[in-house]
Amino acid sequence: MAVQTVASATDSTVDLGPAAALSCRECGHRVPLGPVFACEECFGPLEIAYDFSAYDTEELRKQIEAGPANIWRYAPLLPVPADVATKPNINPGWTKLVRADNLARELGVTGGLYVKDDSGNPTHSFKDRVVAQAVEAARAFGYTTLSCSSTGNLAGAVGAAAARAGFRSCVFIPHDLEQGKIVMAAIYGGELVGIEGNYDDVNRFCSELIGDPAGEGWGFVNVNLRPYYAEGSKTLAYEICEQLGWRIPDQLVIPIASGSQLTKIDKGLQELIKLGLVEDKPYKIFGAQAEGCSPVSVAYKEGHDVVRPQKPNTIAKSLAIGNPADGPYVLDIARRTGGAVEDVTDEQVVDAIKLLARTEGIFAETAGGVTVGVTKKLIENGLIDPAKSVVVLNTGDGLKTLDAVAGTGLTATIRPNLESFREAGLA
Amino acid sequence: MSVTVRIPTILRAYTGGKAEVAAEGTTLGAVIADLEKNHAGISARVLDDQGKLRRFVNVYVNDDDVRFEQGLETATPDGAGVSIIPAVAGG
Repeated sequence: MAVQTVASATDSTVDLGPAAALSCRECGHRVPLGPVFACEECFGPLEIAYDFSAYDTEELRKQIEAGPANIWRYAPLLPVPADVATKPNINPGWTKLVRADNLARELGVTGGLYVKDDSGNPTHSFKDRVVAQAVEAARAFGYTTLSCSSTGNLAGAVGAAAARAGFRSCVFIPHDLEQGKIVMAAIYGGELVGIEGNYDDVNRFCSELIGDPAGEGWGFVNVNLRPYYAEGSKTLAYEICEQLGWRIPDQLVIPIASGSQLTKIDKGLQELIKLGLVEDKPYKIFGAQAEGCSPVSVAYKEGHDVVRPQKPNTIAKSLAIGNPADGPYVLDIARRTGGAVEDVTDEQVVDAIKLLARTEGIFAETAGGVTVGVTKKLIENGLIDPAKSVVVLNTGDGLKTLDAVAGTGLTATIRPNLESFREAGLA
Repeated sequence: MSVTVRIPTILRAYTGGKAEVAAEGTTLGAVIADLEKNHAGISARVLDDQGKLRRFVNVYVNDDDVRFEQGLETATPDGAGVSIIPAVAGG
């Protein structure tokens, strides 16, 4: 079956595979593919419009299943050239979808509970997926420097990808991030700049730098390359469905920082439906935030369709975006699919990190604590149906946020003899 | 009251390519009205049909996001810097 999805004609000579143009999510205004991110008419976000018209569903499925064990198996659905797998890049993805039966028993889930564990990516967070896309866009547009505003994970992913793909990198982070994330971002040899302020201040700085001659020629992965970068999150939807046997789960719990990941997972699911790769069935998307940075959750609960920014104060620093760019779309998607947006306290985040580790052997960073904590809360308040399948995202590795679980340590310190061992009650 | 307004790349077609322009006004709303007098068409890009700031526009007076202040009624003291920035960045 041939599928017509969005675009009918290629608007640009840039070779980014099926990407045909940029289209404003707000007003539909179209512009050729280029390093632009905001609509010149209404400031709305520009997104990739594709031409999938040539695809035959079963041939596409076979091509994907025969592809590499990384995100490039989905190259026909991404803004990348067809030969992307041959280029130097970080090649993330195809991470484990863990069937979490022990956690399911603790939470009372009987319909199947899964953890999509993206700590298995090259720099141990989902950010490798989006950065890999941005690298290909940067190559296509002739950039030689990669940059970003980051809460930590992205800085590491950009540093690593730049090293592998042969770019200079200069990335910007809040100066007070977790030490593990600072080291992880710096080790790849690029420039790492701490900004005296929170993430929203860093983001504002980068947005101004991009319009200044000082930032000319720089590819900011999450600013001027954002339309391409963001598409990387679609691969989470593709992988989850393929790993479930080309099936959409009934319920997904996704963390919200800017909200981009959640909106692109929804876009990925809709594409799979339109392409005929999965059955068209209802699914619910739930967004998860920490209480100390919960602008989208607050807007959801108050019934608003706009998001009032907050000043973040939470241990979940990778989600600490007080002014989330895609917040309004998260609200639309949660309401359209019958999901919800919920938040948990920092104490609940820590409890959830420990719960996931204790039951499934998965050590999540704070963002994973947020999703597991919110899943527990949504089951308790009846919004998640435990008799139906649930996929919970863990987007990063707990080794990056050790401070969050400080105090977890030795059970006992003993002398090296059996008597001491018995005295400690360990026998 | 004279302020300096930083213009994002996508609005520079209205300012002859200038990244910074001067404008008059004691509030953000008055500054935008003054911008419109000298750079016709710019107001409709920043404000919606109801005359409110579009939801994907961030405006800062000095270092303060006007949504934490009084929106279009936010005071713009003499010498202030006003930045207009697309909101769809980051994450």
